[in-house]
Amino acid sequence: MDEIIEIRDLKKSFGKLEVLKGIDCKFRRGEVVSVLGPNASGKTTLIKSILGMVLPDAGELLFNGQPVTNTFEYKRHIGYMPQIGRYPENMKMGQIFDMMRDLRQEHAQDEDLLKTFKLESMFHKPMHTLSGGTRQKVSAALAFMFNPEVLILDEPSAGLDPLASEHLKEKIKEQSAKGKLVLFTSHIMSEVDEIAGSILYLFEGKVRFFKELDAIKSEAGEVRLGKALIKTLI
Amino acid sequence: MWKIAKYIIFDIIKSKVLIAYTALLALISVSIFMMDTDVTKGLVSISTVVMIIVPLVSVVFATTYIFNASEFTELLVSQPISRKDILLGKYVGIGASILGAFILGVCVPVSLFAFSVTALVLMLVGCLLSLSFVSLAFLAATMTSDKAKGIGLSLMIWFYCAIIFDGLVLLFLFSFNDYPLEKAMIILTSLNPVDLGRVMILLQLDISALMGYTGALYQKFFGSGYGMLFATVFQMVWITVPLLLALRIFKRKDL
Repeated sequence: MDEIIEIRDLKKSFGKLEVLKGIDCKFRRGEVVSVLGPNASGKTTLIKSILGMVLPDAGELLFNGQPVTNTFEYKRHIGYMPQIGRYPENMKMGQIFDMMRDLRQEHAQDEDLLKTFKLESMFHKPMHTLSGGTRQKVSAALAFMFNPEVLILDEPSAGLDPLASEHLKEKIKEQSAKGKLVLFTSHIMSEVDEIAGSILYLFEGKVRFFKELDAIKSEAGEVRLGKALIKTLI
Repeated sequence: MWKIAKYIIFDIIKSKVLIAYTALLALISVSIFMMDTDVTKGLVSISTVVMIIVPLVSVVFATTYIFNASEFTELLVSQPISRKDILLGKYVGIGASILGAFILGVCVPVSLFAFSVTALVLMLVGCLLSLSFVSLAFLAATMTSDKAKGIGLSLMIWFYCAIIFDGLVLLFLFSFNDYPLEKAMIILTSLNPVDLGRVMILLQLDISALMGYTGALYQKFFGSGYGMLFATVFQMVWITVPLLLALRIFKRKDL
């Protein structure tokens, strides 16, 4: 089966505010999907619903064809990199990695990012002494560490230095070539242009379009994604 | 659940606030015993401190820790771990740390200087109070979504238990002066974990005669083994009920 995540008529309100007004979409293995949309369009809520952090009011979330709302086992197949990663302040970096291995009861299968980001040399440092960028590197390394089938990255390159952000892009491309689904949000159009295969555009809690990147560009007759998006949306 | 608790304890024992709290409790206990040769008086002084400081620090420290770890909780929720295990793991971790501070700061000096039945009751009451206020902190933190509101609510809970409640009881006594209130008083006492603890300790000190007729009734009720059991069970209720409510809310909470 090719589809790994299917979302059916997902609805969510916070009080009177309707954030998601019925989202339908399917994500396939090997895809790199960029979730775009203006502020408050429901991007974060959608991602958090897939991760089970936000519990939907209506609709279904299917993982490998199974409904998974209110369950947690499916999260074994997801690697998540949050926008702001904060960890227990007094623990050392090495302990954080040990802890995640222990909690998931899995061995680390992919420690490439630990090496490329040179994190091992900082294993003895307590988390509260680390800069925001280093914490992002920790989050990224954790997301990829258990070789999950789905990667969900929230603003992955925010706070990363240019070199690290290049490494991360390479890693994303490599994983997608291996048949992993990558879902990510970003505000940097050049980055989306470079790594995304398709774009899920949300607007006011609904899917405005879900198209392949090349299709958007050729329909708009533009080479650059930013301009093509503006033409498509007008 | 136990793994989460283990890592939270690893994190908390290095926290400066907890170390300071332990040191403060130890300093108070030791200095009280040093100043006064009468250990019973010393125990009374310590129990006063226990009734005020222990609930305050337990509730505020736990609420603050829960909110500071909110991003970490989100990360845990994104892992294949059930929400129940996450919340109970956090409870065991935070509860054990606060309890550890109380044991080191109060139980150890008290057992060294003034080991007696009264001292044992004091230790038991302090431990139960620590746990019930951590429980209340979980309830306050899951009910609110914002750190300032959460800490505000937990301070309100402490303020109610430590100060306002006594005023309300007094008001109640004055208003219904003409009726027999003894049984009602026992029920009222159960509505406040701090009062319950205070009664348990005072009755061990044989000063209930100073508390008039109600005191005599208290002595008859709480002074018996049955009454002690009743009070302990009610303290347990103050631990489990807020925690179960917090668990119910947390299972449906959007993070």
